[in-house]
Amino acid sequence: MLRISCPWCGPRDETEFGYGGQAHLKRPDNPEALDDAAWAEFLFLRDNPEGPFVERWVHSHGCRRWFNAVRDTKTDRVIATYRPDETPPEAAKMVLKGQEGGR
Amino acid sequence: MSTDLFRIPPELASPLEDIDRAHPVAFRFDGKRLRGRAGDTLASALLANGVHLVGRGIKYHRPRGIVAAGAEEPNALVQVGQGTRGEPNLKATQVALFDNLSAAPVNVWPSLKFDALAANELLSPLMVAGFYYKTFKEGPASWWDRVYEPLIRRAAGWGKAPPGPDPDTYEHTHAHCDVLVIGAGPAGLSAAKAAAESGARVMVLEDDARPGGHLLARPRRVDGRPGHQWAAETAAALAAHPEVRLLTRTTALGVYATAHVTAVERLTDHLGPGAPGPRQRLWHIRAGRIVLASGAHERPLVFADNDRPGIMLAGAVGTYVHRYGVLPGRRAVILTNNDSAYETALALLDGGGSVVAVLDTRREPSGPLVEAVRARGVPIRAGYGITGTTGRGRVKRVWISPLAEDLSPRIAETTLDCDLVAVSGGFSPVVHLWSQGQGKLAWDDRQACFVPDPARPAVEPISVAGAANGCFELAEILAQGANAGAEAARAAGFTAKATTPPGVEAPPATPPAPIWLVPSDKPPGEGVGKHFVDLQNDTTAADIALAAREGMTSVELMKRYTLAGFGTDQGKTGNINALAILAHELGKPIPEVGTTTFRPPYTPLTFGAMAGRQVGALFAPERVTPMHDRHRARGAVFEDVGPWKRARYYPEGGEDMDAAVARECRAARQAVAVLDASTLGKIEVEGPDAAAFLDRVYTNTLSTLGVGRIRYGLMLNDDGRLMDDGTVTRLGEDRYLLTTTTGGAATVMDWLEELHQTEWPELDLHLTSVTDRWAVAQVAGPKARDLLAELAPDMDLSAQALPFMRFVEGTVAGLPARVFRISFTGELSFEVAVPWSVGGALWDALFKAGGKHGLTPFGTEAMHVLRAEKGFIIVGQETDGSVTPLDLGLDWALGKKKGDYIGRRSLARADLARDDRKHLVGLLTEDPGEVLEEGAQLVDDPDQAPPMTMVGHVTSSYMSPTLERSIALALVARGRQRMGQTVHAPLADGRVVKATIVDPVFYDKEGKRRDG
Repeated sequence: MLRISCPWCGPRDETEFGYGGQAHLKRPDNPEALDDAAWAEFLFLRDNPEGPFVERWVHSHGCRRWFNAVRDTKTDRVIATYRPDETPPEAAKMVLKGQEGGR
Repeated sequence: MSTDLFRIPPELASPLEDIDRAHPVAFRFDGKRLRGRAGDTLASALLANGVHLVGRGIKYHRPRGIVAAGAEEPNALVQVGQGTRGEPNLKATQVALFDNLSAAPVNVWPSLKFDALAANELLSPLMVAGFYYKTFKEGPASWWDRVYEPLIRRAAGWGKAPPGPDPDTYEHTHAHCDVLVIGAGPAGLSAAKAAAESGARVMVLEDDARPGGHLLARPRRVDGRPGHQWAAETAAALAAHPEVRLLTRTTALGVYATAHVTAVERLTDHLGPGAPGPRQRLWHIRAGRIVLASGAHERPLVFADNDRPGIMLAGAVGTYVHRYGVLPGRRAVILTNNDSAYETALALLDGGGSVVAVLDTRREPSGPLVEAVRARGVPIRAGYGITGTTGRGRVKRVWISPLAEDLSPRIAETTLDCDLVAVSGGFSPVVHLWSQGQGKLAWDDRQACFVPDPARPAVEPISVAGAANGCFELAEILAQGANAGAEAARAAGFTAKATTPPGVEAPPATPPAPIWLVPSDKPPGEGVGKHFVDLQNDTTAADIALAAREGMTSVELMKRYTLAGFGTDQGKTGNINALAILAHELGKPIPEVGTTTFRPPYTPLTFGAMAGRQVGALFAPERVTPMHDRHRARGAVFEDVGPWKRARYYPEGGEDMDAAVARECRAARQAVAVLDASTLGKIEVEGPDAAAFLDRVYTNTLSTLGVGRIRYGLMLNDDGRLMDDGTVTRLGEDRYLLTTTTGGAATVMDWLEELHQTEWPELDLHLTSVTDRWAVAQVAGPKARDLLAELAPDMDLSAQALPFMRFVEGTVAGLPARVFRISFTGELSFEVAVPWSVGGALWDALFKAGGKHGLTPFGTEAMHVLRAEKGFIIVGQETDGSVTPLDLGLDWALGKKKGDYIGRRSLARADLARDDRKHLVGLLTEDPGEVLEEGAQLVDDPDQAPPMTMVGHVTSSYMSPTLERSIALALVARGRQRMGQTVHAPLADGRVVKATIVDPVFYDKEGKRRDG
């Protein structure tokens, strides 16, 4: 069971948290302007890297707040966590940059 | 009652002895009354009584005895206790003796002494590795059920599962520490001491009842004192330390991600059944660092017929002599490839036994232990092995021979009579938890064992010290422990000083000279002798050779083919021999073959410990409404809806469900009825941006809703499917109350929080769950207004003052109340919400006044029927996660003139806009008495050969008391264009039911009844 550091509450057991998939996805401002393929891309397609991944978690059985985490999908270790309103830490920035490049 | 004849006389007792001779303990084994001493294990007490034969092999049913003295025991599995307290497959070596303990062997039939299945051995040429796969695929398929499976089930398995629920209690505890030390032998104690001195919070787990490890069973001196005394003093000092928690009788079971360690503490097992308090405690420990000091297990040597009772591990024999004052035999033969077994020889001699000979597979054994044994006049035969054994139920003779240089088969040279064979093949570090923590192993050629590879450390923060690390010299063990403890404390942020390890007196620990298979007169599999590698699974060297020949060249395949390493001991003694023999067969070095995967738990644990307190009523939380007692008093039958207990119907005078539901429905349609609707989810949304937020999450426009008005709303997923429905009431300019389905309340709350926090944090609002703030009575029926008017004399509940879909606050039955004109039945209906704590008072008041109006309580089943008569959907019944509002004909609830809302774009996707999608329709069966099965598939052509073309399915189906015929709702392809057409429901019993597609609203299509 992972130990995850909630940016508000501190380190807690994984059982207190819920998972929310890839972070920093931008909801399109005007979905009506998107064709079906572009809309489906937003709805259904996610990155699935081996290695660091920036994802969303929620402290369901704690403060009930959402936050972002950088987790290495290969070792299943959380590298960093941060609040949604914070500037992402370096570990997250590197991943996000890589994702943009990959698109 | 026989006495313990094999107890060493007090004058010869070892100074290490740890039993209370003054305190006899009566127990039963296999029906026989025996006596042990306080401090015995079941195994030591049996040996003290001369009982070696304790079970039978799983496959050949050969007699088996006690082999080891701890968790690694492969043979001595027993059933302890009786009835619901009976526990199968415990290792006798780990069962603490208590008064009136009753134990029985497992896997014997009809009895231990005469086992009918011992005849299996005659069939042994057929029972080679993989014999299940090979044998049982022959014959007709029906043989499997009728012949093979019953046979195998009778023959297989060990103990019996208890016949009923476990009467004992178990608990779970969570703990946190900076340094967790696993094992309290010399390395672990030394580590814990160093870590504790730094001020770190330390936990120490010891499997044994006493800390000390091998110091409890070998004469050593540490720091000028006997080793066991040093261990006791060190442990006492640790236990007294305010930051140290030392747990004995506690086995670490597994290492999981981020230094999460589970362990089971046996609290009362040594006291016998019925002792007060929980029986076992499962610990969940979160450690900063882990120091693994789990010791090593001795390996047996593999030779012909090495499985007879009386053939034991030499170290275990030493333990029984020193610690338990037991002579496991009076005339011992020792077979070894290292010096440690010579200590056993000395122990036996000191305890009054004799040693017939030491057979040493090495050509030139030497060293102080060897010389000490030689000096006692014991013949030492260097370069010898055992080529065979005999003895029914107990070893009585061994055949011996000098080993050929190339280890080729040898005819026995002579025999030795004996009643005990003590065997040592070297030691295997207990690396299980290191491997679970994803540390890798390296093969140590000198020590002939796998050790934790420091170059490939664990992902988890584990360091290893002592014998677990392949270190067998006591001085070095203590130093490694102290270093590991200090380093762990430093890593956890404490300042740990270097310490000088205490001086020791201990014999040198020389490495073994590996010999993986002691040759007999013929190669394994060719003679009559069996060379057992895994005693618990009856795997022989011949089985492993066969597996290799048949292509099972990976160690994992070999394990599954031969079963070596399965079972309750998981091959703790046999695995290394098995893989070394495989390596030899494949002509590969041992490290290239590698080990099988070490998985938790390290030792088996009882299901009760895993379940903890989460059994019975505490298995899952149950939620009840404040009216629950009233429902019970009326004899309601309940159903589970999400976590809630809801009254399903209220049978009267022996009614069945159909009769009760019909009566409840008629009351709602003809007079007045009341439903406990408290369980519906309720969420308050408050803040200046509440209206804007709700416009984005509901399909409807809610910003235009007037204060005091109510609207039915739909909530979609991002992909346009209906997620939940409910009402939205505008309580004030900036304040809304949402209702959700009973089962969907938590999901909706989470979804709204997620959207607010992650998508639109700029919107200023708060979400508050008020589900259990308000108890709700839904009063429905033509006389609902008359009844409520009586209870709320100050409120104007007329259709003019409180029209449909309006809300008002007031006083009902003297209670502060919110009254909503909402109808889920189609009748005139009021939902009266009062504070949760007075829900019962509201219910009582309704019934006090309701008698003359014919007030009848109705349950969820009648509610389902009433709403189906009106064609109202239930999310989760008419929907299944693929259904859109368009499918349901709810287009009217989709705001056309508003901005974007969740799901809107998806409704325009090609697939959701298809015109051949399934639509919600009503169905009327040709026979009005036929109630279709919910879920029944619908077809157009009932004569089509399967697979038939299915055009839809029934979602709801009831006998309607109002219409006095059956009704159903269904999803049918293009259903709305097919009104009046016929569909067919082919049933499982072969009948085909014909039905006509109709409008889903069966009753009061004009909606005249809702105003009363």
